[in-house]
Amino acid sequence: MKILVCLKQTFDTEAKITLDSNGKIERKGVSLIMNPYDEFAVEEALRIKEKGEGEVTVISVGGQQTQDALRQALAMGADKAVLVDPGDVELDEYSTATILAKVISGMEYDIILGGFRAIDDGSAQVAGRVAEILNIPVVNVVTKLEIENGKAVATREIEGGSEVVEVSLPAVITAQKGLNEPRYPSMKGIMKAKKKPMDKKSLADLGLDESQIAAKVKAISFSLPEARKAGKVIPGEAAEAARELARLLREEAKVI
Amino acid sequence: MIFKLTEEQEMIRKTVRDFAENEVAPKAGPMDEAEEYDYTLWDKMAEMGLTGIPFPEEYGGAGMDNLCYAIAVEELSRVCASTGVLISAHTSLCSWPIYAFGTEEQKQKYLVPLASGEKIGALGLTEPSAGSDAGSVKTTAVLDGDEYVLNGSKIFITNGEKADIYVVIASTDKTKGHRGTAAFIVEKGMPGFTFGKKEHKMGIRASSTYELVFENCRVPGENMLGEDGKGFKIALMTLDGGRIGIAAQALGIAQGAFDEAVKYSKIREQFGKPISSFQGIQWMLADMATRIDAARLLVYRAAYLKDNGEPYSKESAMAKLYASECAMWVTTKAVQIFGGYGYTREYPVERMMRDAKITEIYEGTSEVQRIVIASNILK
Repeated sequence: MKILVCLKQTFDTEAKITLDSNGKIERKGVSLIMNPYDEFAVEEALRIKEKGEGEVTVISVGGQQTQDALRQALAMGADKAVLVDPGDVELDEYSTATILAKVISGMEYDIILGGFRAIDDGSAQVAGRVAEILNIPVVNVVTKLEIENGKAVATREIEGGSEVVEVSLPAVITAQKGLNEPRYPSMKGIMKAKKKPMDKKSLADLGLDESQIAAKVKAISFSLPEARKAGKVIPGEAAEAARELARLLREEAKVI
Repeated sequence: MIFKLTEEQEMIRKTVRDFAENEVAPKAGPMDEAEEYDYTLWDKMAEMGLTGIPFPEEYGGAGMDNLCYAIAVEELSRVCASTGVLISAHTSLCSWPIYAFGTEEQKQKYLVPLASGEKIGALGLTEPSAGSDAGSVKTTAVLDGDEYVLNGSKIFITNGEKADIYVVIASTDKTKGHRGTAAFIVEKGMPGFTFGKKEHKMGIRASSTYELVFENCRVPGENMLGEDGKGFKIALMTLDGGRIGIAAQALGIAQGAFDEAVKYSKIREQFGKPISSFQGIQWMLADMATRIDAARLLVYRAAYLKDNGEPYSKESAMAKLYASECAMWVTTKAVQIFGGYGYTREYPVERMMRDAKITEIYEGTSEVQRIVIASNILK
């Protein structure tokens, strides 16, 4: 079973977001992690592999430092990594999906996994677009996955409940929190990771030029959320304070 | 000289930090309070390969160097000093002497399960009248047929009662003093080997500290570690390496308290601004950071020397001396920055300050470290 996992390197969840002098998101000095939803995808890929036979390849589009996220996946147990470094081009979901689909189309695969969204831009588009370009089905926000006889049975979250979907392989499956508990890389895994293949490609290696991946969406400006206003403490006895709270909620906040 | 960690060393730091923060930190306070360690954490550490970091893979280890080991102990101790010493005593004081002095059979029988985390290890050296003066141990081992009969007791034994395998130093010939000592591998459950009193301590309270009691405990002759007469030497060499583990533990405690202090100083407001904006606090933080960095360089250098087969006795003593005094000083300042809250168990710096003290005492007090350093300088 050939298992591919698309993963993205994102800001640490605790990173403080600031804007640089050009009004763009400051990337310097920010600690980077593997997108947590992609970690679920990597873990699931490893579990599929461990149940039978298989090979897990992790793929990412990004600069050279993205290797850290790929190495983490290798340390967890993935077999190979592919990094496409697009250079200094601005990418949107269309560009990233086009690059990923191009690199994947040159590989063998039975299933493609990824997080259902990245925690930075949260657009939840790339995996679906990859499936569309490759002309294979996609099942999103999956919390349980079973593979049998060339088919995947996936449980996915829907409004107010869950849905069980059967899909023939190859397919794209995107991971939601709850799918599994990702493992920590083991010390042996870390030692092995450095010897595992990391295939670095440029756009030219894929036969793509910048015009083919030019972003369709351009960010015009970024702004930080307004600082949260200080809360209000209502003094006095509990019963009296509750009455005052109810009055404020009704008259000032107008929420009840 | 290169002051940068390798990619793998950085990855170990990140991995162990993630594990420590997610799995260990939430339990550190409650385990301290209960004076009981939660050994499900041990199982998780075994799975990750943290129980045999510096030993070759063929002996169940992770095949990493001592610098990686120091980094792991540092990161665990940053959130929980009891976890740091659990790994440190297991690795440096029990697994290491078996690795360094054991026969192939002893390594297969004992090092493999220790390094893979199936078994926990401890060292039985200290006695009421013999600590660093390892030559005056009163525990005796008398050959009877093909077995040694051990009698005596050991005190303050880290991982005592919880450990499965003990390296025990005993006297085989009292007339020869420290040249008449030997090391033995003793298994929990061997007849005549029992546990005495559990110590109730100021700090590292989740770490199990027990008295070991040997009453006609019969140990197979093949369980002698190294040669007869070399017990004292094995103990000293083990402590040389053990110091790196304890120095790394002290470094981690200091870093943990410092991180807490920085975080708190930014959110605690007095006179309308965060206390981190006051120079009095800033100077404390600056001094704390500087001492921690100095300690880290000493600890990593000692580990580096050991990894490269160079003498490291003086350097590991320096690292242990400086890092432990740094931990005591930094945690005291951290409590000071937290003020009244720092003195309560609501915040972890109170525990960290109690935990720091032992690093100036065990595996050779600060005074003993100075003796080791001076004797290296003056020889």
